[in-house]
Amino acid sequence: MSDRLPGFSTLAVHAGAQPDPTTGARATPIYQTTSFVFNDADHAASLFGLQAFGNIYTRIGNPTNAVLEERVAALEGGTAALAVASGHAAQVVVLQQLMQPGDEFIAARKLYGGSINQFTHAFKSFGWNVVWADPDDVASFERAVTPRTKAIFIESIANPAGSITDIEAISTVARKAGVPLIVDNTLASPYLIRPIDHGADIVVHSLTKFLGGHGNSLGGIIVDAGTFDWSTGGKYPMLSEPRPEYHGIRLQETFGNFAFAIACRVLGLRDLGPALSPFNAFMILTGIETLPLRMQKQCDNAKAIAEFLAGHPAVASVSYAGLASDKYNQLARKYAPRGAGAVFTFSLKGGYDAGVSLVSKLQLFSHLANVGDTRSLVIHPASTTHSQLDDAAKVKSGAGPDVVRLSIGIEDKEDLIADLEQALGA
Amino acid sequence: MKDHMNHDAYSDNYIRAILNTVKSIAMVGASPVNVRPSYFAFKYLAQRGYDMIPVNPGHVGKELLAKPFIASLSDIGRPIDMIDIFRNSSHIMPVVEEALTLDPLPKVIWMQLGARDDVAAAKAESVGIKVVMNRCPKIEYGRLSSEISWMGVNSRTLSSKRAPAPTQGMRLSLNRMSVGGGDTAASDRAAKNKTEQS
Repeated sequence: MSDRLPGFSTLAVHAGAQPDPTTGARATPIYQTTSFVFNDADHAASLFGLQAFGNIYTRIGNPTNAVLEERVAALEGGTAALAVASGHAAQVVVLQQLMQPGDEFIAARKLYGGSINQFTHAFKSFGWNVVWADPDDVASFERAVTPRTKAIFIESIANPAGSITDIEAISTVARKAGVPLIVDNTLASPYLIRPIDHGADIVVHSLTKFLGGHGNSLGGIIVDAGTFDWSTGGKYPMLSEPRPEYHGIRLQETFGNFAFAIACRVLGLRDLGPALSPFNAFMILTGIETLPLRMQKQCDNAKAIAEFLAGHPAVASVSYAGLASDKYNQLARKYAPRGAGAVFTFSLKGGYDAGVSLVSKLQLFSHLANVGDTRSLVIHPASTTHSQLDDAAKVKSGAGPDVVRLSIGIEDKEDLIADLEQALGA
Repeated sequence: MKDHMNHDAYSDNYIRAILNTVKSIAMVGASPVNVRPSYFAFKYLAQRGYDMIPVNPGHVGKELLAKPFIASLSDIGRPIDMIDIFRNSSHIMPVVEEALTLDPLPKVIWMQLGARDDVAAAKAESVGIKVVMNRCPKIEYGRLSSEISWMGVNSRTLSSKRAPAPTQGMRLSLNRMSVGGGDTAASDRAAKNKTEQS
């Protein structure tokens, strides 16, 4: 019972899980059930009133999902987490706790194209207004702050070009503005970057990518750092004011440093409904056990492939922060010393047509819209993930027409290089 | 007793030793209103087998979960192991001063989530009383037993042992391995900064 400090790989296997009390099952069981029986009327009332720990209904919580939540909270160094159906669902649930109609949040311009779309169009109908800033220019975040600003949103490693964001500098802006910093840590995973260590107040993930890691299950998660004081100034009434949904409970007062995660569960997930299937939670948990092994191999492969491409005559440029010559290499050394991730872009001298030709000739790389799989993947962002943006915005977000994005898997790097070589050369 | 207890971040062993040894807990500021945090904590700790005594002069003559409200600590009339104070930081000192007049002295004074008075704490510690501030005993019990994991909370503990299924009224083992590496140091740092600024 000493307070020894286990390492990341130990937590990736053990955190949140224990042998099943009823059967002794060592793997986490899939509790594929909608609902859970109450001991008696008083127990039911206690659970519904948030007075007791326990399970009610899988749209609010599930024991398999709870193991996943605790594991990711432990890996990120947060106080608590909430798993939801997808990374997009995580973003809706987080902002629902923070935003009222007419409020604003500032988001980095370099984001996953789906997030740009969600923020620009879907959130507009809620009256949530996104204000864009440039992650390479911290002052642009400062200039964007207004009295209606409720949060700042960035990606730690930004899609699609794998650029590294200066989390600490932007967290200073957030602290000064009195708003939480939300970091989408999907492309880094906590193995490469733990944003909470650098000032993030909330971390979100698409679990679908590196955490699940096998391209077989959708999921999202919200991690509460327990660092933000929600009580000041009535700015965040979902957390600071008595909640009529729960007979007047004040969540921050009752739950302290994990109140945000509870708000996401009992006000967000409960009422919006994007619950994660326990089966998906099981698949993702199994994936997380090997996260450190996979992520290291994927980073090492990515670096070797980026170096190969940088030396290839058909390639115009490579954007990979792990290359010494890259614009983001200093930030990568600071924030992601184990590796600069496994997603990056390159452009071909032959432009758009050469990109299309390359994609069609590859035999190991799969042409699809995902990243963070064990398999290596390739896509042309301008015509797919970022196709909804206009041409100027495509270039600004790193998805110009000549750009090809790779997500490197765990195959042997020699085979991946040979595949690229034949597709580029022929 | 250490001279300078770190009240920003308690070791799990410190909290565990308190929750494993105290039996009776007088809760000052206990509320009969069932959405107040004190009601939650009182009910939970009673269910986990602690001998709970509600102290609140405004409710004398009434009961909280079949326990009669007592007007003040001095009126309890029997030794108590721990005093759990559900009052704002500015109302802590008079409660601690009254606690120091008890014979025998309580072993532990615990101040709830959000409550902290370092001067009152030092006074209690000078006579050998253990002090916990800005924590909730329900949350800490749930964390060390990992029961709180049902809510996706980072218990910061690990175990490869099969625990019995928790039932109503059962004491849970708090002796899981603590995990500093899966820490919540950022949250502790934020709380410390807030204390220093106020």
